[in-house]
Amino acid sequence: MSITVTNISKSYKDVKALNNISFEVEEGELFGLIGPDGAGKTTLFRLLTTLLVADQGTATVAGWDVVNDYKSIRKSVGYMPGRFSLYQDLTVEENLNFFATIFGTTIEENYELIKDIYVQIEPFKNRRAGALSGGMKQKLALSCALIHKPKVLFLDEPTTGVDPVSRKEFWEMLKRLKEKGITILVSTPYMDEAALCDRIALIQEGRILEIDSPQAIVKHYPKPIFNVSGGNMYQLIALLNSYTHRHSVYPFGEFVHYTDQRAEFDPEMLHSYLSENGLANIHIAPTTPTIEDTFMELAR
Amino acid sequence: MIKKNKVISVNGLTKMFGDFTAVNQISFEVEQGEIFGFLGANGAGKTTAMKMLIGISTPTSGQAEVAGFDVFTQAEDIKKNIGYMSQKFALYDDLTVKENITFFGGIYGLSRKQIKTKTTTLTEELGLSEVANQLVGSLPLGWKQKLAFSATMLHNPKIVFLDEPTGGVDPITRRQFWEMIYKAAHNGTTIFVTTHYMDEAEYCDRVSIMVNGKIEALDTPKKLKQQFETDTMNDVFLKLARG
Repeated sequence: MSITVTNISKSYKDVKALNNISFEVEEGELFGLIGPDGAGKTTLFRLLTTLLVADQGTATVAGWDVVNDYKSIRKSVGYMPGRFSLYQDLTVEENLNFFATIFGTTIEENYELIKDIYVQIEPFKNRRAGALSGGMKQKLALSCALIHKPKVLFLDEPTTGVDPVSRKEFWEMLKRLKEKGITILVSTPYMDEAALCDRIALIQEGRILEIDSPQAIVKHYPKPIFNVSGGNMYQLIALLNSYTHRHSVYPFGEFVHYTDQRAEFDPEMLHSYLSENGLANIHIAPTTPTIEDTFMELAR
Repeated sequence: MIKKNKVISVNGLTKMFGDFTAVNQISFEVEQGEIFGFLGANGAGKTTAMKMLIGISTPTSGQAEVAGFDVFTQAEDIKKNIGYMSQKFALYDDLTVKENITFFGGIYGLSRKQIKTKTTTLTEELGLSEVANQLVGSLPLGWKQKLAFSATMLHNPKIVFLDEPTGGVDPITRRQFWEMIYKAAHNGTTIFVTTHYMDEAEYCDRVSIMVNGKIEALDTPKKLKQQFETDTMNDVFLKLARG
């Protein structure tokens, strides 16, 4: 096991940031922590990177205990915090050199590992980090986190606020790193990114709701789910929300995802209800649940 | 069909920083009550364009009217007639819910009496009555975002500009936030919104996509998907921005 977390709890005053959390990550696995702001993701990262000590429980990273062997852990993990934490006044190349030196290595020694990523920012190697665009900062931060060839890579919300194109590129980079045998623990509030992980933990308010592969998590969704469209979105949501038999009503792009309380649900009945209330162009069709559906169902 | 009011009209609007053209001759119109999605990659020029529309950055050239006022000569009138919610800052963490409402009400020129009424109705509507005297900093992000949106609407603005209002918010709250947007639009407020969630792009009446300072696509989500022969706005975005 590359990471083990056993019954970890951490509180800040009255707030339980992490509440008895346990999970394991295998070597070479791309493991996702999926949850909104305030779920406890950053606290968990800080515990595992030995920057914070838990109130209860134990954890190991790359075989070392996070409390007793913290020095060994620091040498062998890469950490990219959620907030951009490089030196804004140093250039791209100076930042990379700095981190290489700190870890007793050189850019040349591990260039192969960062090459794919670094070539994209190399044309700007003399620019100060503070003057880079969001996407380039992210690539530099990842290069710096990788320069000492870590066994485990911790990425705390690397794609928050990043546009869909850069997000897609970033995940392609992660896949290539994984193929090189690096264990990756990554957190994200974007549910669509969850599908790109080997396994995910859905986390909310300091608790893990479920851990499994994205495919399995979606299969556990307990109810038939339907795409509903018709009329304007505002009216449609209002009508569905006041339908007596509704279980859940969530807008999803151009449709509303609807589930019913009844075991025997006949879409025709919902159709008549909506048309009696003046909606036109009503369509109701079964659809497959997504990770986001599952998350919302578990978080209810 | 009734001819709708144009509340934003932009023609050849351009902003240059030295030699760099951040916004390159963009033109579009937004109707009253419309939910207008303003999309683009990081660095495409969205924020610069939005800053010109809300009257805090003077364009280099072109024309734009917002809520009936000219961006060059009537920037102060624009500010009074719009609401703006930024992704970074929306409320004071060190003030209570009530104090924030009072503060923003005062800024927007509401009377004491109006502020008092608004405080009661708002906190009740948002289910925040019990925490009205708590510091905003102690509230979950989702509650803050809903309160921030309401604060932006305190002076019944004609147009509300929302800059990535739902980043990092949990999926349920994100949807509740959009229900508030639908409601406001239904009541005639125009919504101008940026987002990186492509499913939210689908919630907009029309969507524009900026690439390198220019608007490269502008239509309803349905027509954009037809035009680019894809099933999702995410694919539309990827095709456009990657060329």
